Amino acid sequence: MSDKTSAGMPIIELRGISKSFSGARALKEVDFSCRSGSTHAILGENGAGKSTLIKIMSGVLQPYSGEMRLNGQQVRFRSPSEAARAGIVCIFQELSLMPDLTVADNISISDPPRRFGLIDGRAQRHRAEALLARIRCEDVNPNTLVRDLSLSRRQMVEIAKALGMAPRVLILDEATSALTSRDVETVYGLLGELKAENVASLFISHRMHEVERLCDTLSVFRNGSHVDTFMKGERSPAEIVRMMIGRDVEAHFPQKPAPRDTAPYFEIDSLTWENRLKGINLTVGRGEIVGLGGLDGQGQKELLLALFGVLRGVGGEIRAAGTPISPSSPHAAKTGKTRIALVPEDRKTEGLMLPMSIADNLLAASFDRVSSGPFIDSGKEKAAVEEGIRKLQIKVNKATDAVATLSGGNQQKVVIAKWLMTEPDVILLNDPTRGIDVGTKQEIYKLMRELADEGKAILFYSTDYAELVGCCDRVAVMYDGTITTELKGSAINEEAIVAASLNINTQSAA
Amino acid sequence: MNSLFSTIRPENKPIAVASLFIMVILLIGTAYTLSVQGSAPLLSPNYLLQQLQTGSFLGIVAAGMMMVILLGHIDLSVPWTLTASAMMAASVGGDMALPTGIAVGLAVGLVNGLGIAYLRIPSMIFTLGVDSVLRGLMVAHTGGFAPQDQATPLMRFLAAERLLGIPVAIFVWAFVSVCVALILTRTSFGRSVYATGNREGAAFLSGIRTRMVIIGAFMVSGVCAAIAGVLLAGYSAKAYQGMGLPYLLPAIAAVVLGGTRILGGQGRYVGTLVGVVLIVLLNSVLSIMQMPEAGRQIIYGAVLIGMLLVYGRGARVAS
Amino acid sequence: MESFKNALAASIRQSRAFYGAVALLVIIYLVYNILHPHGFSSAVLVQNANEMAAIAFLAMAQTVPVLLGGLDLSVGAVMTLTSCIASELVHGSPATILFGMVMTLLSGTAFGLLNGIIVVYGRLQPIIVTLATGAIAIGLALFIRPKPGGEIDADLNWAVTNSLRDLVETYHLFNPDAGWFAPVAWIPVPLLALLAVAVLVWIPFRKSVTGRTVYAIGSAEGAAYMSGLPINRAKIAAFALAGFFAACGGLYLAIQTSSGNADVMQAGAYTLNSIAAVVLGGTSLLGGIGGAIASLVGACILRVISFYFRIVSIDPLLQPLIEGLVLLAAVSLGALRTLRVKNNLDLFR
Repeated sequence: MSDKTSAGMPIIELRGISKSFSGARALKEVDFSCRSGSTHAILGENGAGKSTLIKIMSGVLQPYSGEMRLNGQQVRFRSPSEAARAGIVCIFQELSLMPDLTVADNISISDPPRRFGLIDGRAQRHRAEALLARIRCEDVNPNTLVRDLSLSRRQMVEIAKALGMAPRVLILDEATSALTSRDVETVYGLLGELKAENVASLFISHRMHEVERLCDTLSVFRNGSHVDTFMKGERSPAEIVRMMIGRDVEAHFPQKPAPRDTAPYFEIDSLTWENRLKGINLTVGRGEIVGLGGLDGQGQKELLLALFGVLRGVGGEIRAAGTPISPSSPHAAKTGKTRIALVPEDRKTEGLMLPMSIADNLLAASFDRVSSGPFIDSGKEKAAVEEGIRKLQIKVNKATDAVATLSGGNQQKVVIAKWLMTEPDVILLNDPTRGIDVGTKQEIYKLMRELADEGKAILFYSTDYAELVGCCDRVAVMYDGTITTELKGSAINEEAIVAASLNINTQSAA
Repeated sequence: MNSLFSTIRPENKPIAVASLFIMVILLIGTAYTLSVQGSAPLLSPNYLLQQLQTGSFLGIVAAGMMMVILLGHIDLSVPWTLTASAMMAASVGGDMALPTGIAVGLAVGLVNGLGIAYLRIPSMIFTLGVDSVLRGLMVAHTGGFAPQDQATPLMRFLAAERLLGIPVAIFVWAFVSVCVALILTRTSFGRSVYATGNREGAAFLSGIRTRMVIIGAFMVSGVCAAIAGVLLAGYSAKAYQGMGLPYLLPAIAAVVLGGTRILGGQGRYVGTLVGVVLIVLLNSVLSIMQMPEAGRQIIYGAVLIGMLLVYGRGARVAS
Repeated sequence: MESFKNALAASIRQSRAFYGAVALLVIIYLVYNILHPHGFSSAVLVQNANEMAAIAFLAMAQTVPVLLGGLDLSVGAVMTLTSCIASELVHGSPATILFGMVMTLLSGTAFGLLNGIIVVYGRLQPIIVTLATGAIAIGLALFIRPKPGGEIDADLNWAVTNSLRDLVETYHLFNPDAGWFAPVAWIPVPLLALLAVAVLVWIPFRKSVTGRTVYAIGSAEGAAYMSGLPINRAKIAAFALAGFFAACGGLYLAIQTSSGNADVMQAGAYTLNSIAAVVLGGTSLLGGIGGAIASLVGACILRVISFYFRIVSIDPLLQPLIEGLVLLAAVSLGALRTLRVKNNLDLFR
């Protein structure tokens, strides 16, 4: 069958696919096809149905209505392994690795090489070495446990694992979001190789420049429907964004105030922690948004956690309004004289209690604020919840619904609203727009500026340089645990941030 | 029937099912006594009150256990916390008996909480260790013999007397229940228990003092076990070795039958109450039927599994 | 060579807890033998091995569900049930003895299988399911043996609870005093039985796809599902294997005591001790890390501690207290590294 397919023939075709979750339609009568040898981007806001679509293709979700054809033959997968055997392999956004098993175990997990019916450890290791070499990860030892690898290395292992299944259709769901820029280049190269081997790649990404660089075909989804599919270059980026959100977007970022000197309010003085932070000096003024830039993993996350009292053994000094503070826990950070808030990296595991109600999640940081004596005051509670929902325009059905029922963007709004309830003076944001839709992103940018105008000091880490350029009054670029460059005013542009991130000025070897 | 069922919120479904099952037990038991003895003791208020009086010990233990289970932990030190409180209360005697017993419970809860919150030893194993340490302490204290100390009059009043025709023990159980229900629904500590039980990392990053929450919950559990121990000593007029053992597994079963998730984060106190009543009534019906121990154990197990299967099965692998 | 060294170093780093447990066992057993009034002897070893065997089997049984991230509260009850079954069946002609032993092991495995089926298809938490099935197992045991008693073949009792030499002698397999046999003749049979079960059953299981899946589920169940692993099969197999190991323990206990006893308290104590042994061996209660061999070591540590009371003059009244304190100290020692954690978020993972 497979030798009949040539480049340009649809390898996978979906007809009239619909899927509902407890009444809500996630996909409505979707027709979609993908050609072998193409690199095909799927675009859309969160909740547009992209994830549902790829989950159906890769056998994770069933049942659904409609039909799917692979190489012209009707198929219906009952499990991810069935799909993988048919050649459809998905690299999921949530990592599908087992942290307590070794890299080699993980790479061969679904079909390990066997001798006499038992797993052959040596053959498995050789296989892992070969696959890792293909994606230039020779530095990863197949015998290490996955839990000992950094997030970006894990993602690469995940890619090696997918390659090992000899895919004919490879689905990448935000697969590059956790990678270092060097690995991103490797993955780009790999996609080129796969294209030459006539493999179809389906690509989900919120990074527009990535899509423009890699993909030859683009499909836009909105509200569970397939809006359009077109070749690269047929539509302008503005048109594409309009198709995605279904309305015109004016300015991307809110107007920044003119560059000015702000008196330092929140001062960080030679902060150190383990070997990850090596003497950080940084100030943030009231009304100022200071961005943290740099490649992923240069100590930005650790800096935010250190300021929020999560890390133990932090050296150096932190001052607020001239007084030294040393938050020893998030509780201390949030209740101190200078109140600090942190919107954490991963909203699903660090920001929210997913099965709990929206109301409980909104109040999680401020139970004491709605209490009289030891008891929670239901009046204050209700008012606070309504205020939070109104202020951030969170789209909710009932405040007692589980927060898990909300879309990603609205979940992130709940996290932010939770922290605004504590009336913080300093707000730390750890990549708050990661993996959320364009519309919500813009609301968050606007909110950040409003909060700054109210006099809050904001420290904002983002992996998206365009965001840093668009939102920040100043940008501090980190490299290997130190701040190498501070950009101000008109000096803030993507080229400057990229150059500083790679530490081009001072780079000697490495 | 089905339509009625579907209107019940999912977290209340176990409570409804368990209540229904209580009715079934009462019906079967009454049918049995009517056909064999020609009377219906199960429906007489006096008999029921008497059953609830003995059930109150289990009820109080279960109330404390629920706090801990809501956190996704478990307290296996209950048997000897209960026994140690009872023994210390009886051996101190006098006015200080009651405070001593409760202080023992608080202290054990504190130790449990410290080990679990600060050393992060799995509660399953830490409380097990604490349980054997307590057993060791009590064996050393009593010299391995049954203690001769008698329960104080106050302990006997609380456990065995009646007030307005109702056993005082039931009042104590009701008081503990009201306290626990209030704590869980209306205090920031209670909300923090649910939050911590759902996802400890997120609760910690929300500025909830999760360590204090864990310690607090274990102290509640310790106090509840202590109260039950003091009452039980009053009821039997003295404390004895192994008095706590029959309460551990039924307390866990009652909490789970009441719909509390064993992994933490979900559950209502009413459910635990219903679960306790269910177990108590099942017990009395089986003893009326003069069921031998073997049959009793099998029926217990079958009922527990059967009920949980009816509650609806857990979701498929989430993520 | 270099790569082997690296592999060994990695292995030690990854299973620090296991190697720590082995070192602890070696030390405390050496000290025990040094302190022992009669010094090390085959007789002492045989006696020790006999006291260790049942809990060691049970610890292995507990390990498999724990690796899944679950817990089996019925292992003690299944052991009790199977020992009662064995006390009914394991006597008479050699053929009926063999049949009885096979039936005993099969019934335990079947009970474990039932646990697994309820857990998987009922989608219930293992800890609660086994709490309930444990009661059922005890009930069945009480039906079979309302009072302690029963009968076990006397030769079998003698052969299995002594050294290898006695086994050979009892069944006239060959000349027990043959020169080539002398170096191994002293090995206690229960120790061999444990090792045989570990090597012939556990190690192949661990290297099979099903066994690997058990580890994968304990490590990250969602990821295991996404990787298309046979999750249901692995869960059912894990509980069935637990039932099998528990039945080994039950069979051994029956042979050792020549009787069956449906003792509820003892069943509960064994279950709790099996959890303690699993943890002492370095298996994580969260699943994914550890193994049955480690639990075997953990069980031996637990037992050796209690041996000390025989040779050191401690008030026997203090014995339970000291046992409890040692258990607490051991698990606390393992937990001390949490105090060195520099990022509080790592505590929640």
